[in-house]
Amino acid sequence: MNGAERTAEVEPRLLLIHLLRDHLGLTGSHWGCDTSNCGACVVLLDGKPVKSCTVLAAMADGHRVRTVEDLERDGRLDPVQEGFARCHGLQCGFCTPGMMLTASWLLDHDPDPSPAAIREALSGQVCRCTGYENIVRAVRWAAARRGAGPR
Amino acid sequence: MSGAAGGPAGAAAERPLPAAGRKEDARFIRGRGRFLDDITLPGMLHGAILRSPLAHARIASVDTAAARAHPMVEAVITGDMLAERGLAWMPTLSADTQAVLATDKVRFQGQEVAFVVARDRYAARDALELISVEYEPLPPVTDARRALDPDAPVIRDDQPGRADNRVFDWSAGDLAATEAAFAAADVVVTQEMHYPRSHPAPLETCGAIADADPVTGRLTLWSTTQAPHAHRTLYAMITGLPEHKIRVISPDIGGGFGNKVPVYPGYLCAIAGSMLTRRPVKWTEDRSENLMSTTFARDYHMRGQIAADADGTILAVRASVLADHGAFNGAAQPSKYPAGFFHVLTGSYDLRAAYCQVTGVYTNKAPGGVAYSCSFRVTEAVYLIERLVDLLARELGADPAELRMRNLLRPEQFPYRSATGLRYDSGDYPRALRKAMQIAGYAELRAEQARRRERGELMGIGVSCFTEAVGAGPRKHMDILGLGIADGADLRVHPTGTATLSVSCQTQGQGHETTFAQIVAAELGLSPDDVDVVHGDTDRTPFGLGTYGSRSTAVSGAAAAVAARRVRERARLVAAAMLEVDPEDLEWADGAWRVRGDPEQARRIAEIAMAAHSGLELPDGVEGHLDASAVYDPPDLTFPFGAYICVTDVDPGTGEVRVRRFVAVDDCGVRINPAIVEGQIHRGLADGIGIALMQAIAFDADGNCLSGSFMDYLLPTSVECPSPELGMTVTPSPHHPLGAKGIGESATVGAPAAVVNSVMDALAPLGVRHADMPLTPAAVWRAIKGCPIRPGPIGG
Amino acid sequence: MQVPAYVDYERATSVEHALALLARYGPGARVLAGGHSLIPMMKLRLAQPETLIDINPLTELDYVRLDGGELRIGALTRHAGLLGSPLAGAAAPILHDAERVIADPVVRLWGTVGGSLCQADPSEDLSAAFAALKATMVIAGPGGERTVPARMFHTGPYETVVAPGELLTEIRVPVAPGGGSAYVKVGRRAGDWPVGAAGAAVRLDGNVITSAGIGLTAVGAEHFCAAEAEEALRGAPATEESFARAGRLAAEHCRPVTDQRGPADYKRHLAAELTVRALRRAADRARGPGRGA
Repeated sequence: MNGAERTAEVEPRLLLIHLLRDHLGLTGSHWGCDTSNCGACVVLLDGKPVKSCTVLAAMADGHRVRTVEDLERDGRLDPVQEGFARCHGLQCGFCTPGMMLTASWLLDHDPDPSPAAIREALSGQVCRCTGYENIVRAVRWAAARRGAGPR
Repeated sequence: MSGAAGGPAGAAAERPLPAAGRKEDARFIRGRGRFLDDITLPGMLHGAILRSPLAHARIASVDTAAARAHPMVEAVITGDMLAERGLAWMPTLSADTQAVLATDKVRFQGQEVAFVVARDRYAARDALELISVEYEPLPPVTDARRALDPDAPVIRDDQPGRADNRVFDWSAGDLAATEAAFAAADVVVTQEMHYPRSHPAPLETCGAIADADPVTGRLTLWSTTQAPHAHRTLYAMITGLPEHKIRVISPDIGGGFGNKVPVYPGYLCAIAGSMLTRRPVKWTEDRSENLMSTTFARDYHMRGQIAADADGTILAVRASVLADHGAFNGAAQPSKYPAGFFHVLTGSYDLRAAYCQVTGVYTNKAPGGVAYSCSFRVTEAVYLIERLVDLLARELGADPAELRMRNLLRPEQFPYRSATGLRYDSGDYPRALRKAMQIAGYAELRAEQARRRERGELMGIGVSCFTEAVGAGPRKHMDILGLGIADGADLRVHPTGTATLSVSCQTQGQGHETTFAQIVAAELGLSPDDVDVVHGDTDRTPFGLGTYGSRSTAVSGAAAAVAARRVRERARLVAAAMLEVDPEDLEWADGAWRVRGDPEQARRIAEIAMAAHSGLELPDGVEGHLDASAVYDPPDLTFPFGAYICVTDVDPGTGEVRVRRFVAVDDCGVRINPAIVEGQIHRGLADGIGIALMQAIAFDADGNCLSGSFMDYLLPTSVECPSPELGMTVTPSPHHPLGAKGIGESATVGAPAAVVNSVMDALAPLGVRHADMPLTPAAVWRAIKGCPIRPGPIGG
Repeated sequence: MQVPAYVDYERATSVEHALALLARYGPGARVLAGGHSLIPMMKLRLAQPETLIDINPLTELDYVRLDGGELRIGALTRHAGLLGSPLAGAAAPILHDAERVIADPVVRLWGTVGGSLCQADPSEDLSAAFAALKATMVIAGPGGERTVPARMFHTGPYETVVAPGELLTEIRVPVAPGGGSAYVKVGRRAGDWPVGAAGAAVRLDGNVITSAGIGLTAVGAEHFCAAEAEEALRGAPATEESFARAGRLAAEHCRPVTDQRGPADYKRHLAAELTVRALRRAADRARGPGRGA
């Protein structure tokens, strides 16, 4: 769990999002729809984005989970976080953690994604505030920053 | 109203931005926002609501024994239990009543029937299954057009003497003048259209945590509200608790768009649950509950007519409307305007006469009547007039942009009194349309369209010129439940020169913490980093009606500016004492009070603030410290406007629509924070595309809601939303202290008509005149086939 | 937020272990793969299994390979895995067409091919794609393996021939030269379930259609296929006229229902229109160089 081992005794039916939010106090990941349509609950499971409202906590047993709380490391923001802030890629901030995690996964696999590739990658996640345009710009910004090499 | 350097002033560039960008972002990008469901209180219990599966039924019995016996359950509350305490019904914002928990009947599918309080959220949900309710089904009214039939079942038989389902009749404009104009017209175009029911669907659903302290008698309610102060007053009225003992806290809000304006039964259930169990109770709704029971928007069945001369001069417009308000009239709009500002239906045009008549009806659907980025029914009105103008262009064989240009209000006509009595503050409409046409390359687009049409391809170009109506003032004309629609601001400059502004409006993503800090900073010559904005807590902010109808900058922004100017005037007196000159010898320039003719002799706010808190001897009548408050009562509405052009491609074989381009030129007066303004426009365009193409709350003939999840209530994704091409003009509002007009809902108001006009333009070669939203592939194909989908229940 | 009812959970470590667990827990047990259909159903309490048998550790069922003239797809292959398999793209481009429009990229990382088929939603894209390909399903059970034609796999909405105690393990797609395939879908939006969709797999000899498979979904086609249209295409030239006739037959023989996605007449129209489009593209691909089924 964000690099550390965490143990919790939970009901088999407990959803991963509730384990994170209610049991581990990691409230940065949100939930928005129940039906895996909105992506507010996206976290990284073994490095891949997953809608954590549609995964049982038990299924994550023994696996690596990474949440928005782990994006900033040693006081240094991830380029994706910086990009979202600089490009006004968020308004209410509710979808932002999920968007940023999927974006960071995308950049791991496609370091220089086109706007169309970004839109496709984020198409399972709903933002009600930005109309997506500034999210696309934010991811492009992060790609450029990452491409510029380590700071 | 204006201070020393008051009046509309200042291009956006004059207001510095916070160094680190939007102030809100630092917490959100780290996952450190604090939304309602992020809050956990010691000993907190969890509530869940049992809802009616039927649209209309009498409740024969509610048996909660098994649920109460559940080992994790602390309480089960029914309507009868609330009735014993006088809490079973609550007033709505439209002075109707709404059941908190049903006692006699259920009146829509999803209505609140019982409330379980348990030790965790899973158990609360489990216990719902243990409640058995015996219903006696009644015939539902699912089609507004049948609601006034003599044999229609009376939905609101809770209201003594009621014999039908009529909510209100309302009209505006001059009927006789309009009839005369129509009689004299060469051309009259008529169109029936339905603006379908849609839902704001903020990504965060609604919820509350109630903490009723039995010892102090204080009630603290964290809730997802856009209007904390108005809610507190309502809670006092409903529960009988003294208002000063109630504290409403609105934490970070995951989007509102009007959905979080009303008081919902769930909030009161949480309060009742906390009072009963003497522990904090959290209630959050799931997505289905949000879509099926909280306030919707639109659902206007409209018949519009437009009259013109043969040369294309538009003479008059009229509309008759049937408004579906659902089972309880929960519309949040000024009391005197049951159809909001629908009378802005003359739009952006210079018309001789106009008349509209609106009848509201009850149906067995979720309650509400207006919310969702609509500025009080302006959306419906703009859609009506913009569709009619397009149909008129078709009738006359005129280009829709040219026809608009010919009839737009001219700059010299402002302030303009519309045929329905609204007073438009300022505008240069032709300039906005010219700019949009220029960005779009309108002539080239038309040429491309002609080439494509020769190849049988369906390409559409849709134009929409809209006029918004924002701010809801003055107070003497605008109130909700008797509360005048005004907003307050308190500003304190601390001794070391930083400042705290408290406002009554509530951000849900609009960036108030940034924009309002910029307003104060610019007025006082401070850095926006040195101004913090407090909002969303009735114990810490002045009274005001909150955030909706694009009114934050228009009203609270004005209050903040007025408070800042008062502080500045007080600072002038202090500075005069410091410099030992007459206050009249000082002028405000470059962020400081300066001696006229000797500008190096100056005092900045930070210096003045320390002096104001010090032992400095101040002139008689000048209090120490440096603070001020203001209540802004808008002299009138502001009228943002714009011109939009949407380019679409339609697949003739499947009816699929692709929005290829969207050009939006907006004029919202002075822009305080241009990036935030553009972000708001982006959002509204996506909204407009969603509403035009896919978002609709549908019902079947039994009143079952068919759009109760995001699988069937479709929101546009990053794939459907084009990269918008924005332009702007700036026509300051003459009566707003900052010249600002508001922007929050402009694009949602203007965009749907542009999209629909574009698709209808694409289908023009096939002889299609009109099809109702949402223009799903099926709806477009049906229109092509000459049998458009009609509004009404789906299926058989 | 919606939450599932109480359920027991077991994690399988091998196919044999999964079968043993299924045997032990009986008809109240459900196999849990990606969970992206099952868990939402459980949250809505439309599904209330007593025990979940989590087969995610069964990586031996996650593969796409060519074997004996067949494309073999392990049931636990993620949608993204199938979409990312060049082997599948070359042998059966219909599968890539379909996978590109199934749900969204994040869901495709976790949802499985077998899970989608076993969920048996009447609007499932892969059901039509595999019906068009005339694939074969491999089902493991206590008595060993059995195979079932894809077209006999579904017994009704949300129902399959997979019995309690059994597990879908593999899907086999016949591959032969001279073939081409394609999938075309109309949704209301990216990630939407289909309003209607059609898949086609054809083999050409010159310009003569030697065999044709047509899969349809969301339009009430029996067994997700259009048998009459396929029959009419066999031996016919791969021309617009033939495709149009096949489209008409496909539309005639489906029984769509009106719902919020669209009225029945529109869905029937889509059955025809999309059948034509899928056939056109499949034939183009069959004519192209180096293409499989």
